[in-house]
Amino acid sequence: MSAPADAPVRVVLAKLGLDGHDRGIKVVARMLRDAGCEVVYLGLRQTADSIVAAAEQEDADVIGLSMHNGGHLALARKMLDAMRAADLDLPLVIGGIVPDVDMPALTELGVTAVLGPGASADDVVATVRRAAGR
Amino acid sequence: MDPRAEWEAAAAAAPQRATAFTTMSGIPVDGVYGDAPYPGQYPYTRGIHASMYRSRLWTMRQFAGFGTATDTNLRFKELLRSGGTGLSTAFDMPTLMGRDSDDEWALGEVGKAGVAVDTLADMEDLFAGIDVGGITTSMTINGPAAILMAMYVANAEKQGIERARLGGTLQNDILKEYQAQKEYIFPPRPSMRLVTDLVRYTTAEMPRWNPVSVSGYHIREAGSTAAQELAFTLANGFAYVEAAVASGLDVDAFAGRLSFFFNSHIDFFEEIGKFRAARRIWARWLRERYGATSEKSWALRFHTQTAGVSLTAQQPEINIARVALQSLAAVLGGTQSLHTDSYDEALALPTEKAARIALRTQQIVAHETGAAAVADPLGGSAYVEWMTDELERRAEEVFAHLLERGDGSILEGVYAEIESGWFMGEIADAAYRFEREVNAGDRIVVGVNAFTEGDEGQPPLLYIGPETEALQLERLARIKQDRDDAAVHAALARIAADAADPTVNLMPPILDAVHAYCTEGEIVGALAGVFGTYTERVVV
Repeated sequence: MSAPADAPVRVVLAKLGLDGHDRGIKVVARMLRDAGCEVVYLGLRQTADSIVAAAEQEDADVIGLSMHNGGHLALARKMLDAMRAADLDLPLVIGGIVPDVDMPALTELGVTAVLGPGASADDVVATVRRAAGR
Repeated sequence: MDPRAEWEAAAAAAPQRATAFTTMSGIPVDGVYGDAPYPGQYPYTRGIHASMYRSRLWTMRQFAGFGTATDTNLRFKELLRSGGTGLSTAFDMPTLMGRDSDDEWALGEVGKAGVAVDTLADMEDLFAGIDVGGITTSMTINGPAAILMAMYVANAEKQGIERARLGGTLQNDILKEYQAQKEYIFPPRPSMRLVTDLVRYTTAEMPRWNPVSVSGYHIREAGSTAAQELAFTLANGFAYVEAAVASGLDVDAFAGRLSFFFNSHIDFFEEIGKFRAARRIWARWLRERYGATSEKSWALRFHTQTAGVSLTAQQPEINIARVALQSLAAVLGGTQSLHTDSYDEALALPTEKAARIALRTQQIVAHETGAAAVADPLGGSAYVEWMTDELERRAEEVFAHLLERGDGSILEGVYAEIESGWFMGEIADAAYRFEREVNAGDRIVVGVNAFTEGDEGQPPLLYIGPETEALQLERLARIKQDRDDAAVHAALARIAADAADPTVNLMPPILDAVHAYCTEGEIVGALAGVFGTYTERVVV
């Protein structure tokens, strides 16, 4: 992509599906903002299609989803399918509670990075920047 | 009678677990030390019973639920065999949100973070072989609480147990859903009608049932401070009182059946102060503001769960120590029941072994530490008394704010600040403040930002595979095929008609519908057709 290295990273954050745990994603939104990213948080109970539409409209560099209910494999697949169907080639970062055994499957699906519990602000910002290629 | 004599009489009249209580070294100890007002005396700062755990230990109630109803039924039986004294049901996300397992929104979440219940048939499996007349059950369900409650009652009735004999607790605390946990379905006002319908129903028909468990737990887990947890939770409690009184109930007819649910976090003395302050505030407000005259209405009873959010994914075994300290704080704070978290919960739902260690942890507090021998052992400590006063003062500031926003009504103030996003903003601010302190190293979390050596990776975890979803879908399809469609349609039509008339209690039509094996999602759909659904304002 051709964005200059010092342009702010644009991140669309969302909760996909029914899971209502939103403490983590709100904290992440503020961490990224404090680090100079431009953050659009879509809120709870988004669909894969609503996230794709927002990412296109907001000209996002990265999509970030937060999952705490064990549905990450099915939901990541759904998200990536919707992105492919829309020809949206963006990095997808997942945060939340993901057991180690699921990491290879998520990578194979095409998830760019996973941030687990206890990730620091530095981890979050560095992971998102790296995903965006900055 | 002077308070000391009164306390002695009350303690003497209460049953005792032992004939004498002594320390490990054989020193006899009294049931209470310090000054009046004593435990069991208004405003109950020191506990709601004169002799507290000398008479009866707290209920060890471990929250459990995963997979299909049959999977959870086995875990329930294991918990009862291991010495658990009450059951507590965790439902999966689709069930909590009023959606069936075959709903497109349920994809990937069926049975993952709790048990999937779609129809009465699942409730029958969940409690198969368990005498629901002989135990108490807590059900953590809010938006669709009336439906799951109806299923529980219907299952008991099919077993030949009258509803009046059933004891237990329904969380049914919808206000904190809009503030923190986010498992709402309908807008606040029709949701409050459902809550009040349940309060009216159990008040009339189920005298052993607690229709609302006013919950600070989720407010705290979402990031609030201890003072906010205390203030928001009690404000919600006052809101339920105001709503039930407005529906025509006498405050003393139901207030004694409202119970509370708090978090026990890691700042030991702050937590103890919070529990003590909660009792004092509730007693004063119920007596002075709402005119309750029954001691049962004044006495705040509460369940406690240790702080899931304090558990670390790093070096997970050290969470056992955190849970031990948090459970001791709950006991020193006078809890009526306790769930101890499992050490692996920052990673997944607990394994059977982790759940057993969690139960053993509170058994150690109960039987080895001596903490249960004396009521309010920290009463009179200058620090604990100051902390209690300070948390009360901070909570009163919040009540004053809500009264102003609601023109003299806490209920209206709570509605107004849900609508404005104020509660969410306050909680998010506190969560971010904490996170920044941890990131800056101003606050140490062992294993996370200090003492990080020795992490051996993840222990064996409970894994819920995709077969749960397939099994549940098959089961639901079979039920839908076998039931009487005409009865289903008639029951759903009656719910829609009754929902449109605010003077009708919705519990009887919902009970009829679950008996006809209407699904949870169908009943929610009938209600949503009248009530609409709720979308929150996004607050970061």
